[in-house]
Amino acid sequence: MKELTITTDCPEASRTLGRAIGERLRAGDVVALWGELGAGKTFLTGGIAQGLGVPEEIPVTSPTFTIINEYEGRVRLYHLDLYRIGDVDELETLPWREALFGSGAAVVEWPERLGGYLPDERVDIHIEIRDVTARSFRLVFGTKSLEERFGDLDKTL
Amino acid sequence: MLILGIETSCDETAAAVVRSGREILSDVVASQIAVHSPYGGVVPELASRKHVEAILPVIREALDRAGCCAGDLDAVAVTQGPGLVGALLVGLSAAKGLAYALDKPLLAVNHLEGHMEAAFLDKERPEEPFICLVVSGGHTSLYLVTPDGSSRCVGSTRDDAAGEAYDKVAKLLGLGYPGGVIIDRLARRGNPAAFDFPRSRLEKGSLDFSFSGIKTAVAYFVKRYGPPVPEGKGETPYRLEDLAASFQEAVVDVLVEKTLEAAERYRVRHVATAGGVAANSRLRERLEEECAYRRLQLHVPSIRHCTDNAVMIAAAAYRLWLREGFTPDPLDLDAVSRML
Repeated sequence: MKELTITTDCPEASRTLGRAIGERLRAGDVVALWGELGAGKTFLTGGIAQGLGVPEEIPVTSPTFTIINEYEGRVRLYHLDLYRIGDVDELETLPWREALFGSGAAVVEWPERLGGYLPDERVDIHIEIRDVTARSFRLVFGTKSLEERFGDLDKTL
Repeated sequence: MLILGIETSCDETAAAVVRSGREILSDVVASQIAVHSPYGGVVPELASRKHVEAILPVIREALDRAGCCAGDLDAVAVTQGPGLVGALLVGLSAAKGLAYALDKPLLAVNHLEGHMEAAFLDKERPEEPFICLVVSGGHTSLYLVTPDGSSRCVGSTRDDAAGEAYDKVAKLLGLGYPGGVIIDRLARRGNPAAFDFPRSRLEKGSLDFSFSGIKTAVAYFVKRYGPPVPEGKGETPYRLEDLAASFQEAVVDVLVEKTLEAAERYRVRHVATAGGVAANSRLRERLEEECAYRRLQLHVPSIRHCTDNAVMIAAAAYRLWLREGFTPDPLDLDAVSRML
C-alpha cells in the first residue's frame, strides 16, 4: 500500500497540511494520528477541522480530559483522544462507536488503545518530531480509494 | 437553607452539607488518585465505576458528619457539567433519586461556577465585578463575574489546560501522577531561569492561553538530553529540579500575566483564582506579589478547596437559588460534558 511522507519546517506549514487533509475528508473517514506527547497531533487536528469548514474562532482544544469532542463543519468531526484509556472496555460509557462508525469523520489520537476496534479502512498519519518546530508526517492509506483521494496531497501544498 | 452538594465530575466522589452557602457542616471527599496513579491520569470508565461504589457511602457520611438526616435538607445540589459524562451521570442520578424520594428541589450547578465559589468559603465575597482564573487539569479560563452574579468567560485555553501540561510533562519525565504536585515540589529546589521555555502569549490583547507549545518544548528537551536517569543508574545531564522550575515558571508567567491583563482591561479591584492548579505554590506566590504591587485584592481558596469538592457545589447552588430560584423540571436534567 502506498505511503506518502511530507515534511514541514514550521507550525504554519503543518497547519496547512492539516487543512488540505480536512478539505478532502468525507463522512465515514477515520484518520489515526500516531506520535509521542508533543508531536503535534491536536495541532494537526486543528488544521483538519479548518479544512472541514469548522469556523476558525472555534479552537480545537485537547480532548484528553473529555476523551471525545465534536465539531460542526461541512462534515461533523469527532476528535478522540484515548491517552487516558488502557483498553477499549474503559470506553464503554462514551459514544465511541458513533464517533468511529457514524455519520461524521473521526480523528483519533493514541489509536493503539483501540486495539482490534480500529478499522482497517483508515488513513494513518505517523508524526515525528524533527526539531522544536519541524515535523515529518508519514501517511499510510488503508484502502485504494483513500490512496487515490489523498495520494497527491504533497503536490497541492 | 440547608443544601446537600454532590460532585462527581472527574476523579473525586464528594458530598457536603452547607448552610446558606457559608457554614460548612460536613465536607467529604473520596479521592481516586491512588486508583488512577498507575495510568498517569484519570481513566473514565474506571472513574465511573469507582463513583458508583463510593457515592452512597459518601453521601451518608456527609449527612452523618453534619449531624442531620436527609429529611432536614432544603435542597439537593449536583454538578451537571462540564466533566466526564459517565462520571457526572453517577452524581446526577443519585441527586435526582434523592431529591425525588425526599420531595425536595434539585439544583444543577456548573462545575466551574462551583470552583469560583471556593475562594469565598471562609471570607467575605468581594463586590463584583471581579476576575477569576479557573485553572485545573481540564480547564484554564478567565471569568469576569458581573454585579448580577453571572459570569462571562473572557479567555480560555486554545489547546491544553495548564494542569494537563503539568500531567503530561510529569509523564514525559517519568514522575508519576498527579503531575502538578510532584513538579511543584521539585521546582522549589530548582532554578527557574536555568532553561528558557517558550511563553505563549498569542496575539496582542488576547486573553486566551496556549500550553501545547511548552509541552512540546519539554518533549524536545527530553528527546535531546534524555529522560531523567534513575538514581544509581548513571547521571542525568541536567538537574531535574531546574527543569521542573523552568517549566513551572513559564506556565505561571503566562497565567499571571493574562490574569492581570484581564483585571486591568475590566478595571476590577479584586482577583480570585480556583481549581486544582490554584494550589500550586509558585502561582499563589506570584499572584500575591503582583496583585499587592498593583493594589489588587487577591482571593485564593484554601488548598483543600482548590481541588474538586462538594462544598463549592452547595455554595454555588445557594447563590444560584438566590439569583434564579430552583431549577425547573430537575428530573429532565442531563449530564453535559462541555459547557460554554
